[in-house]
Amino acid sequence: MQLRALAHARSGDKGDTANIGLIARTPKHYPLLVREVTAARVARHFRGMITGPVERYELPNLHALNFLLHGALDGGGTVSLKTDAQGKVFSTALLRMEVLVPR
Amino acid sequence: MTATVRIAAGQGFWGDWLEAPYRQVTGGPIDYLMMDYLAEVTMSILQKQKSRDPGLGYAKDFVPLMERLLPLLLQRRVKVTSNAGGVNPRACAEAVGAAARKLGLAGKVTIGVVTGDELLGRLDELLARGQALRNLDTDRPLSDVRDRVLSANAYLGAGPVVEALRRGADIVITGRVTDTGLTLGPMMHALGWRPDAWDLLAAGTIAGHIIECGAQASGGNCLVDWERIPDLANVGYPIVEASADGTFEVTKHPGTGGRVSVAGVTEQLVYEMGNPAEYITPDCVADFTSIRLAQRGKDRVRVSSVRGRPATDKLKVSLAYFYGYKAVGTLVYAWPDAYRKAQAADRVLRQRLADLGLRFETILTEFVGVDATHGRLARGAGVAADLPEVQLRIGVRARDQAPVERFTREIAPLILNGPPSVTGFAGGRPKPEEIVAYWPALIDKREVQPCVELLRV
Repeated sequence: MQLRALAHARSGDKGDTANIGLIARTPKHYPLLVREVTAARVARHFRGMITGPVERYELPNLHALNFLLHGALDGGGTVSLKTDAQGKVFSTALLRMEVLVPR
Repeated sequence: MTATVRIAAGQGFWGDWLEAPYRQVTGGPIDYLMMDYLAEVTMSILQKQKSRDPGLGYAKDFVPLMERLLPLLLQRRVKVTSNAGGVNPRACAEAVGAAARKLGLAGKVTIGVVTGDELLGRLDELLARGQALRNLDTDRPLSDVRDRVLSANAYLGAGPVVEALRRGADIVITGRVTDTGLTLGPMMHALGWRPDAWDLLAAGTIAGHIIECGAQASGGNCLVDWERIPDLANVGYPIVEASADGTFEVTKHPGTGGRVSVAGVTEQLVYEMGNPAEYITPDCVADFTSIRLAQRGKDRVRVSSVRGRPATDKLKVSLAYFYGYKAVGTLVYAWPDAYRKAQAADRVLRQRLADLGLRFETILTEFVGVDATHGRLARGAGVAADLPEVQLRIGVRARDQAPVERFTREIAPLILNGPPSVTGFAGGRPKPEEIVAYWPALIDKREVQPCVELLRV
């Protein structure tokens, strides 16, 4: 199943790092996000699109995960040549990920 | 001291909706209007303006806005906190003062001016004293770019905002005060919070984080159920109603559009987030993993149980330095074979740049309509063969101006001497743009002395 069915997200920037906050659409989906959407899987998802590592933080109180994608913005802010220089829509690119949902 | 205080967001960045502050003041009762103007590189743009004219260097839009609002603010006893002062808060305050006198409000307005964030003139002294100002992201020492630094400002916290309010300011105009400090300051002042009440300070900081981007907390740029968010044309900007115990509710004026929901507030909470357990500001360290959210009725979200820890002994410093030049050119290719034509044009252009011997740090090609936002993830999902049009967007970056300048002359020729069915060049030749880059660093708190002055109009 595509992640967009289970979660919504918002992203932003800090220098050359994009952050993606991934939020379960309902609390019962949160454990599934924790299990499926690991830092390693996110790094694979964005392979070739980011130059640095991916970090993950958990916010169980908000049923959310926060990812930091380092080296994601071609230098970031004013330096970047990208349309999405501030990583505003990186979040939606993560929602393309396919995850296994138990029946 | 009051039981609750209402703080309304009026601007989430310089360039935000000009009607929002007016609607916040007139749409219902509020106590404070908070307006954030400063993004990471705004300070360097303002520094450039100030170097051309010593009377500039602040968010100019703020002055006509205050001229429009001042009579209403006085009548409704609404106070203002804003970092519109940029690199010249005194000049900003003088301009607002002049507007007040023009309105016949002489003797009725007190403006608080917060300075002390400016470090540009002290950089060498600070470096000599061992403040290396290493880049927080790359760990490089500032000496790498010292001769190209254009601005340097420490992020001040809520402290000087509280002091200005305590001394009677109706309008507090600051330089580089944190976005969150502009909301936390009024809370500390109105609710009597002490500067070491870490849980309360963290709550006020999180309130500030929620409303600092304006309508992004009340239905704007909100992905969840976005098509069902009502009346964005009339969107209500967020308002925080805070109690002395640190709990607060996020809401908006009745009769406005948008939506305040747990899901929407959560999206804003994770926006530009680093380590959520350690959101570091000059005032405290806020723990976003302690937040409890609950929907308390239509367009009303309660935020409670926030925990905080003592502030660190450092302040963040925002430096800007001259980096180089860039330019971006675009052309639109039409069906049939729109994507293939745009790809062919990209190959032709790159070959010509190479044949000219031009050297760039980066050449970046995006095909808008295909891969500009999602890169290979979107291409992997399959590119439709009959796309009606594709925009070729190609950018270059270099330390020197000459190759970037030459690049800007290589776009237009493609209209007649490249692949067919091309249009969309009405904007003319792209202009080389100077790149001012951001350099985040830390400094010992004791090196920075915030200063509060009052201007009685």
